[in-house]
Amino acid sequence: MKTHEYEVLVVGAGGAGLMAGLYASRTAKTAVISKLYPTRSHTGTAQGGIGAALGNEEEDHPEWHTFDSVKGSDYLGDQDAIEFMCFEAIPAIYELEHMGLPFDRTKDGKIAQRPFGGHTNNVTGKPVRRACHAADRTGHMILQTLYQQCIKNQVTFFDEYQVIDLLLENGAAAGVVAIELATGELHVFRAKAVILATGGHGRIWEITSNAYAFTGDGIAIALRRGVPAEDMEFFQFHPTGIYKLGILITEAVRGEGGVLINGKGERFMEKYAPKVKDLASRDVISRAIYTEIREGRGVGGGNYVYLDVRPESVNHYAAIDGRRNPDGSPYTVRGEEVIARLPDIVDFCRVYLGVDPVTQMMPVQPTAHYTMGGIPTNKYGEVVIDDHNTVLPGLYAAGEVACVSIHGANRLGTNSLLDLVVFGKHAGLRAAEFAKGADFQALPGDPTEFARTQFDRIRNADGKENVFDISREMKHEMFEDMGIFRNAEGMQRALDKVRELQERLGHVHVKDNGKIFNMELMNAWELSNLLYLAEVTTVSALARRESRGGHSREDFPKRDDQEWLKHTLAWVRPDGTIDLKYKPVVITKYPPKERTY
Amino acid sequence: MQVTIKIFRYNPEQDQKPSYRTYTLEALETDRVLDLLEMVKGHQDGTLSFRRSCAHGICGSDAMRINGMNRLACKTLVRDIGAKITVEPILGLTVIKDLIVDMGPFFEHYRSVLPYLINDEPEPEKERLQSAEERERFDDTTKCILCACCTTACPSFWGSDQYVGPAAIVAAHRFIFDSRDRGASERLKILNEVFGVYRCHTVFNCTLACPRDIQITKAIGEVKAAISSGSFKF
Repeated sequence: MKTHEYEVLVVGAGGAGLMAGLYASRTAKTAVISKLYPTRSHTGTAQGGIGAALGNEEEDHPEWHTFDSVKGSDYLGDQDAIEFMCFEAIPAIYELEHMGLPFDRTKDGKIAQRPFGGHTNNVTGKPVRRACHAADRTGHMILQTLYQQCIKNQVTFFDEYQVIDLLLENGAAAGVVAIELATGELHVFRAKAVILATGGHGRIWEITSNAYAFTGDGIAIALRRGVPAEDMEFFQFHPTGIYKLGILITEAVRGEGGVLINGKGERFMEKYAPKVKDLASRDVISRAIYTEIREGRGVGGGNYVYLDVRPESVNHYAAIDGRRNPDGSPYTVRGEEVIARLPDIVDFCRVYLGVDPVTQMMPVQPTAHYTMGGIPTNKYGEVVIDDHNTVLPGLYAAGEVACVSIHGANRLGTNSLLDLVVFGKHAGLRAAEFAKGADFQALPGDPTEFARTQFDRIRNADGKENVFDISREMKHEMFEDMGIFRNAEGMQRALDKVRELQERLGHVHVKDNGKIFNMELMNAWELSNLLYLAEVTTVSALARRESRGGHSREDFPKRDDQEWLKHTLAWVRPDGTIDLKYKPVVITKYPPKERTY
Repeated sequence: MQVTIKIFRYNPEQDQKPSYRTYTLEALETDRVLDLLEMVKGHQDGTLSFRRSCAHGICGSDAMRINGMNRLACKTLVRDIGAKITVEPILGLTVIKDLIVDMGPFFEHYRSVLPYLINDEPEPEKERLQSAEERERFDDTTKCILCACCTTACPSFWGSDQYVGPAAIVAAHRFIFDSRDRGASERLKILNEVFGVYRCHTVFNCTLACPRDIQITKAIGEVKAAISSGSFKF
């Protein structure tokens, strides 16, 4: 066992972790550990854009961005935090540009912006160009740029070190335990402040846009140490994943004029969102696609629809909608513009589907995409552990692992990248400041004991069960019954199945008994995290007897602000039972009202 | 359809030397090689080790030699390569276990070319302006995902791992031709050294291997031209 000592330790090297590392390392001795090389992080797969009301293309205001995000969250987002993020967005984008991020440009050399779902001109209700973009690889460019800045500023990295346990002593953060994948050795990272930036857990579901790495390690280790998880029932299904594969097809396709078409050849979003149509919020569109499929209007009666960005279709519907360019001329596109603006989407379709989006429609279905819930924090990234928002000293979380909550019940497109940059920065600043005035906590006598116990349980199991099969059964069941539409019976079925699978995981067979890159052991441990989070998600969802944002119940189809305008907090007790409590939503300027697009 | 996949295996904790093992699978034409590796690991041999994350060609984790060509396992479909498949680690980096190689030296070369924007002029309040044409100038090299397919396909890199390699030159190109950057001279000085751009003998392996379709040999040529033309002082 090796022990390291840093004032600030960041876990995870995606957008939030790198931003936290950059800012914390300015004043505190900081290290960033990650189970992947930083440039492999899932931030890199984000496509369409990062939201900020720069107003480079047309009139826009951070107040509009705030309202759109509040409305998008189905009024479950905390309005003080949302307002903070939307105002911070503008300097944050300029900062990224100064760091070298190669944004696309307008004719006059400014950062280019495109429309995105749920982002509107608050006066006309029409879509507004707010998403700042670098083709359809905005996340890739953010990840690369932040990693480059970390190199420039000599931030310390431990690549391919996977976190296994969170150490808390005297009610404060003391450090983490991580495994060095290349040697199998456990390392103790002692720290005054720990920032969790490990991302989400979309691998719970069968059809997913999420990376293999998205196994919820950060939330799981915190839950095991008594930290609650907030709003876990809210998980976003993105409307347009590649059929069967789940690979994301960015909303920017619709921002550029693409439309959804059902099996009868009809554009159907005008029925569900008459004003903004194909640019409604993601939850609204995913439900619309499912409704079309259920009512027999999927393509060929199957469970998918088409996304159409062929120039003749785009131009046809843009004319019907009266869509205009910022200079007032009618909006039209040509095939080469589609390729230039969406090169990666064109590439994905050609490679995985054998479809050319310039001449053919893309078969799509909703795909598990984003964890709105997570470790509860305030807007400075400090982890808060109860219904009174009591801060856990020295523990921070930022990015998808955290629940501030700015996304509430449904995240708006482009706000995830913004979340990483804004809250990663503030968590880094706050953690460094805290570390300056704090001492290291004593380490427990045997700091790696709990980590070893977890591995031993897997290694010493009696070997009747197969990790791959358990994983597949979990994903299938969760997609069936804990997907876009839910009801009590189905959710109970999911819960029973998840508990059965947890039991079976105790009998798993791991053939690899080595230390070097024992990925079989790590995959089994990651599966224990996914099952754990699937259980918390399902228990939280069963309790919430209403429909709001991404949580849509057939047995309770209406939003119920009287009873349920509140955040869920879930604790897992040592005996495995899950306790739920609730805390109020922060409402400042925008009283809840009916949500239509 | 039935697929046979022959995989390079090496476990330093058990094996004296590497070997190949062949597995037979039922697969679809649309399965990715990565899916096949997962199937082998899931049901035939859990000890098989490889890196993977995003599974759609963006994170750059799963660069491998597939039927002799450097490719991403997640971006290579059975229908692209047929039912007889051989998978080996990329060449020129030390094999740690099975398909996992030591990426340390690769990232060391990347870091050596100052892969970040250098500009000490006072920052404007808003964005620096850049025309669409200036932005387009370096667009191709911004696509790099650091998978190492190019560098480990390069005979010069096989000959000497001190050569910075195509990926590092791509990273340098991305900044040298960015109108906002002021560090071109420093980078060109580094690339003018004995293990810099002149180790490139325009074999085009890098360009063929790139899963992002970056015109790498062209980019290296532009860097060579920038050095030899004297258009940048260093």
